[in-house]
Amino acid sequence: MASEQINIAHVAQLARLALTPDETIRFGKQLGSLLEHVRVLQSLPLDDVPATAQVIPSRNEMREDDVRPSLRREVVLAGAPVSEGVYIRVPRILGEDA
Amino acid sequence: MSLPTTARAIADAVCRREHSAVAFAEAALDALQRTEPKIGAFLTPLPDLARAAAVHVDRAIAQGRHLPLAGVPIALKDNLCVEGTRTTCGSRILENWVAPYTATAVERLLAAGAVPIGKTNLDEFAMGSSCENSALGVTCNPWDAGRVPGGSSGGSAAAVAAGVAPLSLGSDTGGSIREPAAFCGIVGFKPSYGRISRYGLIAFASSLDQIGPFARNVEDAALAYDIMAGKDPHDATTVDQSAEATAAALPEDLRGVRVGIAREFDLKELDSNVRAVYEQAYRDLERLGAELVEVKLPSAEYGLATYYLIAPAEASSNLARFDGVRYGLRVEGRDMRETYDRTRAAGFGAEVKRRILIGTYALSSGYYDAYYVRAQKARTLISADFARAFERCDVLACPAASSPAFAFKAKADPYSMYLMDYYTIPMSLAGLPSLSVPCGYVSTEGGKPLPLGLELTGSLFAERKLLAAAHAYERGTRHIERHRPEVFA
Repeated sequence: MASEQINIAHVAQLARLALTPDETIRFGKQLGSLLEHVRVLQSLPLDDVPATAQVIPSRNEMREDDVRPSLRREVVLAGAPVSEGVYIRVPRILGEDA
Repeated sequence: MSLPTTARAIADAVCRREHSAVAFAEAALDALQRTEPKIGAFLTPLPDLARAAAVHVDRAIAQGRHLPLAGVPIALKDNLCVEGTRTTCGSRILENWVAPYTATAVERLLAAGAVPIGKTNLDEFAMGSSCENSALGVTCNPWDAGRVPGGSSGGSAAAVAAGVAPLSLGSDTGGSIREPAAFCGIVGFKPSYGRISRYGLIAFASSLDQIGPFARNVEDAALAYDIMAGKDPHDATTVDQSAEATAAALPEDLRGVRVGIAREFDLKELDSNVRAVYEQAYRDLERLGAELVEVKLPSAEYGLATYYLIAPAEASSNLARFDGVRYGLRVEGRDMRETYDRTRAAGFGAEVKRRILIGTYALSSGYYDAYYVRAQKARTLISADFARAFERCDVLACPAASSPAFAFKAKADPYSMYLMDYYTIPMSLAGLPSLSVPCGYVSTEGGKPLPLGLELTGSLFAERKLLAAAHAYERGTRHIERHRPEVFA
């Protein structure tokens, strides 16, 4: 866990988040500072420690594969920003160069 | 008509038909009207829904039904879905989104006769410790309008502290119920992970999020907990064991209870006035019959670092769903990719963006093992510390926060805000039931009292023991009766 320069523009791209130049600088600094704080974890002997993803004993839960009522389609579509008929309308998926 | 301050008193009065649920609903809506200009606890008041629910309750009571929360006005954090009402998470991205269904926890309270009076303010997507990260409103602390109510469930805490509702719901991921409860001088209770269904709670960090009540006393919090807890087929993380009722038999003293005081949560760092309150609280625990035991939580100091990798990682994944397609805001671009980028840029506030970026980074190729997995391993050590500590004690006691409510804009540096959760985060990482109960006051320079909270924590699923200890402490100290906030209905 070395102290590395974060490529904030790359991370923002992965996060699907357009940043202004000002945000890129500000968040870059703030993230760098946070990573300094989390570096304390480096000093812990963790090699033989199992990772915890969930604190309670739980397993995948299966249920019968039967038909159950679900939310009404009109109600769900009403929450979408743009819909048309029984579909959610989106801009084109592929860019110019695709 | 003035509103009784406890849920129990209201439900009893409605069940005995001394007062109607409609009358209590009107009193609560009136209290909301009067206090809102000063505290701004609510994002969406729900007068029509409240009146309709109250009429329904009165009808059920007239038919001879017994409802444990008959006519009790409740306020709901605005990350809990209520069918047909706007549910915003304090975010521009969901500003006008209407929930298509109702959260299980809310549904259970409503089935028990509760009357929803409004949706309350929060830090955007529950990320924050002061409510200042809300994009949709400012909430002030009822004790001093120049100070924050705490967060993220600040609106729900302020509504109860100001006497608008005797009961409200919040959610707690790293302290978002306990810290605002402490800042507002009321009880705030986060049950064990898995106790209460999170179906209909808009997700922040799924391995940590838990719903819980705010109340003016432990008994009301226990009452609400008993109603909400238990298996829900809609949330596979809810535990199978049916919750044992806690509210019915709360003891009056602490005889035989071993209270652990962790060395690592030393009071020395605290301001001397704050420290004096906590020292007195520990003495009070002893006076009431508890045996104080020193315990060790050597990994707890790594809690903050662990949390600020795990919670943002999970958040970055959960918040991927807000992409301008299915919910809320869309800022259209030339293609889908640009639409995602622009929608999220316009819809999320700075703190949410920061956490998404941290989380994305911690999960990204090349850094996953060094950050995310390492944090998950540290989480194992933290949980193991608690397990060892609970071999020697029944509950743990420590401050809920290192200070009373702070002034607006006092924590401008993000990390200084994160530090506010120092005492609450380790318990969240271990999934433990934990609460804040009023334990005294310090004064502002202007002489206003500001409440402090004692955090009590139990072992996993030991809610009954925890609530019993908290109740006995509360009965033996009665801090809430000593002062009233500046703004009170």
